[in-house]
Amino acid sequence: MSARSPIAAHSDARRARTLITPEGLALPIAIAPLASRAGALIIDVMIIFFGLIVFQLAIYWIADGVLGGTQFDPNRMSEAAIEFLGILVALFVFCTWYGYFLVQELGPRGATLGKRAVGIRIAARGGARLTPEAVIARNLLRDIEIFYPLITLLVLVIVGDRGEPVGMLGWVVTGWFGLFLLFPFFNRDRLRAGDIVAGTWVVERPRAKLGSVLSAQGAAAAEGASDVTGVRYDFGEAELSIYGEKELQTLERMLRESPDEALAAAHAAICRKIGWNPGAGDERAFLEAFYAQLRAKLEADMRFGKRKADKFS
Amino acid sequence: MKAPVISSWFGRGQVEAPPDIESAALRSDRFRLERESDWKRLEAILERMEKGGLRRIADDDLIALPTLYRTAASSLSVARETSLDAATLAYLEALVQRAWFQVYGPRQGFVRWLRGFLLGGWSRAVRALWLDICIALFVMVAGTIVGWLLVAQDEAWFYRLFPGSMGDPRQPGATREQLLESLGHDEGAAGLAGFAAQLFSNNSGVCILAFALGFAFGIPSLMLLVHNMALLGVLLWLFNGQGLVVELAAWLSVHGTTELFGILLSGAAGLHIGRAMAFPDKLPVLEAAAAAGRRSAAVMVGVVIMMVVAALLEAFPRQLVEDTGSRFLIGGTMLVFWLAYFILYRPAPRAGDAALPEAA
Repeated sequence: MSARSPIAAHSDARRARTLITPEGLALPIAIAPLASRAGALIIDVMIIFFGLIVFQLAIYWIADGVLGGTQFDPNRMSEAAIEFLGILVALFVFCTWYGYFLVQELGPRGATLGKRAVGIRIAARGGARLTPEAVIARNLLRDIEIFYPLITLLVLVIVGDRGEPVGMLGWVVTGWFGLFLLFPFFNRDRLRAGDIVAGTWVVERPRAKLGSVLSAQGAAAAEGASDVTGVRYDFGEAELSIYGEKELQTLERMLRESPDEALAAAHAAICRKIGWNPGAGDERAFLEAFYAQLRAKLEADMRFGKRKADKFS
Repeated sequence: MKAPVISSWFGRGQVEAPPDIESAALRSDRFRLERESDWKRLEAILERMEKGGLRRIADDDLIALPTLYRTAASSLSVARETSLDAATLAYLEALVQRAWFQVYGPRQGFVRWLRGFLLGGWSRAVRALWLDICIALFVMVAGTIVGWLLVAQDEAWFYRLFPGSMGDPRQPGATREQLLESLGHDEGAAGLAGFAAQLFSNNSGVCILAFALGFAFGIPSLMLLVHNMALLGVLLWLFNGQGLVVELAAWLSVHGTTELFGILLSGAAGLHIGRAMAFPDKLPVLEAAAAAGRRSAAVMVGVVIMMVVAALLEAFPRQLVEDTGSRFLIGGTMLVFWLAYFILYRPAPRAGDAALPEAA
């Protein structure tokens, strides 16, 4: 697929996969790079962490108010109120920890806030339907992959600081942590343990804006002529049979994105190749006309099953 | 990695009117201009779906969605054969993929899934794991016996298994009265709700660990089960020494029937994944693991619910009801309820439910 449509978004061939829809249509899809996934996780953990701190502060503030209402006499404090706040904290932490990922990844975007920010989402491997069970499984596994070993290590460090013997346990936990952390590096689809158990993978979120119609503007249009000189560029059969689809799409990208000054080099190169004498000042009109006529020719050939991948074929 | 498009976060940009179809010089561009409005409409619907679910979408749009999706898909396959406009192809590929995520995405949100889960999905998932549950049950019973035998042979094992129990009255050499007192109830209900919330966080953490460890071929899950049940065996041995085993069983049964059942299920869920990875049968390992993972994940959600129930039982009735017979009654009722729910409750799966593949 990527050979036929060399699109910038899927240029990294190692991450490109093909997804077959139930209609039998092959869609290119890109596995999310590990850097984005790490970034997304950091953002998510930050959000949860700061959310919990804010909640904790709010609870303290309320508890303070409860205490203040009793003139700071602990005996007169309503135990039920303090206990209620304690329960609230315990349940809130639990629900945030598991609910944050679960509810968001089950939503229509299939991504948490962190994943959305870096432009990735989860999907079922191989084009199956994403199910709630899969989302639950991949999020439960995250605990043993990252957070349990991290917390255990922290505890061990504190215990070790106090001079108590830790023994081999520290190395075992570090090994465990390293094993799961490096897991995605050692498989083709960048799966972590949770992805394997859930049958999911993390992919780049498709995002593309519809570009303008090139053949309806400027010198590329049906009766288009140069704004500067009023001349209509016409290319002959021989001049149009030098380049192939790859060069056409490079030219397309330049016409869409590059400023006028950057077109001069392409203009000069094409003129040299087709044996024209390059002028100056009317590069865009020339390239637009060349693009439109080259594409018309290549597309006409295409309808007869004749394709020319690039200038070498 | 694509750079995030900041402008896409703040409303949509200006929509330009498409150029006149006649003005396009190329046939492929005229093809595009003729269909562009359909694509744009699909894109607008998708945007609204991604933002806020189905409620904000007009019925007309919802009905049109599958048709628009197929139109875009067929546009894409035609464009691939006739057009060399890379931007249009990239746009169509992204559009079809986005639509595919919505049309073939999760069919239900979390709340609807939970309802289907409680009304049949849960017990179906549990029944699918029957073999693993049997193995885990065997391991748990064996663990209890091992714990008992270890301490019966050498009391030093007690301190190895309960390292921090120095201040606890429950240790070898305790008198009958001390042990009996530890089974009594606390003063009134104060503090029990907080106690319940603590228990719940703690116990469900252990269960999730038992499940997640199943990833290593299920062996750590089983070891966790053995360890936990050995502690129970030790406790039984201790109380048996003073002839209090019935009282202990009653005390434990109030919440234990629910909690131990939950631990059993989470161990079985972990084992199920491990077993699928060690013996994938005819499927590739990855697919076998994924199918087993999804089945066990459903069980795990149920385990969390059971832990809520167990924590409530542990905090309130166990501490407030002192009579051995009543304690057995509560515990027994819960056990019968869970067994009936898992084994006898078999509603037909509804069309909307996520179909769970049956265990091989």
